[in-house]
Amino acid sequence: MAALRKSNSVLEQQVWNWLADVPDPEVPVVSVIDLGMVRNVAVTEQGIEIDVAPTYSGCPATEVIEDDIVTSLQARGVENIVVNRVLSPPWTTDWISEAGREKLRAYGIAPPVGNADKRALLGKAPVRCPRCHTSQTTLVSEFGSTACKASYKCDDCLEPFEYFKCI
Amino acid sequence: MNTEDALLKYVLRLGDNALILAQRLVELVAHGPELEEELANANFALDYIGQARMFYAYAGELEGKGRKEDDFAYLRDENEFCNFLLLEQANGHFGDVTVRSVLFEAFYLPQLDALTNCSDAGLAEIAARAIKEIRYHQRHNNFWLVRLGDGTEESHRRVQESVQALWRFTGELFAADEVDDIMRDEFDGPNPEKIRASWESDIAAVLAEAGLKRPDDQAMDDGGRGGQHSDDFGNLIAEMQTMQRQHPGLNW
Repeated sequence: MAALRKSNSVLEQQVWNWLADVPDPEVPVVSVIDLGMVRNVAVTEQGIEIDVAPTYSGCPATEVIEDDIVTSLQARGVENIVVNRVLSPPWTTDWISEAGREKLRAYGIAPPVGNADKRALLGKAPVRCPRCHTSQTTLVSEFGSTACKASYKCDDCLEPFEYFKCI
Repeated sequence: MNTEDALLKYVLRLGDNALILAQRLVELVAHGPELEEELANANFALDYIGQARMFYAYAGELEGKGRKEDDFAYLRDENEFCNFLLLEQANGHFGDVTVRSVLFEAFYLPQLDALTNCSDAGLAEIAARAIKEIRYHQRHNNFWLVRLGDGTEESHRRVQESVQALWRFTGELFAADEVDDIMRDEFDGPNPEKIRASWESDIAAVLAEAGLKRPDDQAMDDGGRGGQHSDDFGNLIAEMQTMQRQHPGLNW
């Protein structure tokens, strides 16, 4: 494989770039890189090892994401890909990048507010409407269409929207 | 008992607690009292299944005999499960479901909190992941306990009955045995006495806020951790394992 003749760091950077095109299957507007799920890429003699942190314990997308990473890299001609599942440090919404937050907002999902510490988790910080940006919003349900989201409505523009839970 | 055996047993208990509560919650899917609670319940179940998978996968590693998550969940018999009796209690009405979770989560949360600082790195990292989810559950379930207890005369009466009925299963949460002692002494794990103190004060606070009475001290049931379960547990296991038992080795 020609790519393997490049220096390892160049290839590693190339893999990071390719992974930026692997979407989350449930919120396809963000990639696994935007979500902060990829912790390490290492090129070794045996192939490429990628460390991936799962998001929620029960997230049904975890296996799909790992498969998607493998198939998308295979499509680029990469062989011998090993995906390691790493739990530590645990993924929290703090790992979502600024770019990822902006993509979520543009897509109509309010990004997590604040840090995933106890205070934010217990819902003290206001959630802004992703459309009109007011903080006058009301929680409709702490749960939504996927494990990572809660349901809100905007009291100004009256649109319902989803909130990516800060957890 | 050596420390390796104790750790394995402890991890399996954690997995069994999570799986059996998840299975009870799964039974409620499509039977929620309203759409929001339907979603909440399904999400809770999903979190618990995810946690069970992590505990079982880790138990398989510790055991080193090639058993995987599915082997622990689907191919063990009733008397090999060591979950608390509280968690296998039938769903009853929404108040019963809420009280079961409130009573358990006031125990599970400080347990996970202590485990995040234990000396076994594998267990500590699973606990660190799980604790964030359980905080979210507890907030929601406590809210509902207060809403029901401080609600109508009917809701108050019925949820007080739930507390009364499930109370006798709470003693088992603190019945420490050799496994707990080894976890505390050899792994810097949870101290059952400290967890009990935390549980007592959290439960007293939420019951008071809900206007509910703490039941009098009474004789407590136990046996779940030793594999002696309620009559209905066999049905739960049969339903949960039916695909794997009828089609051994079945894969999705």
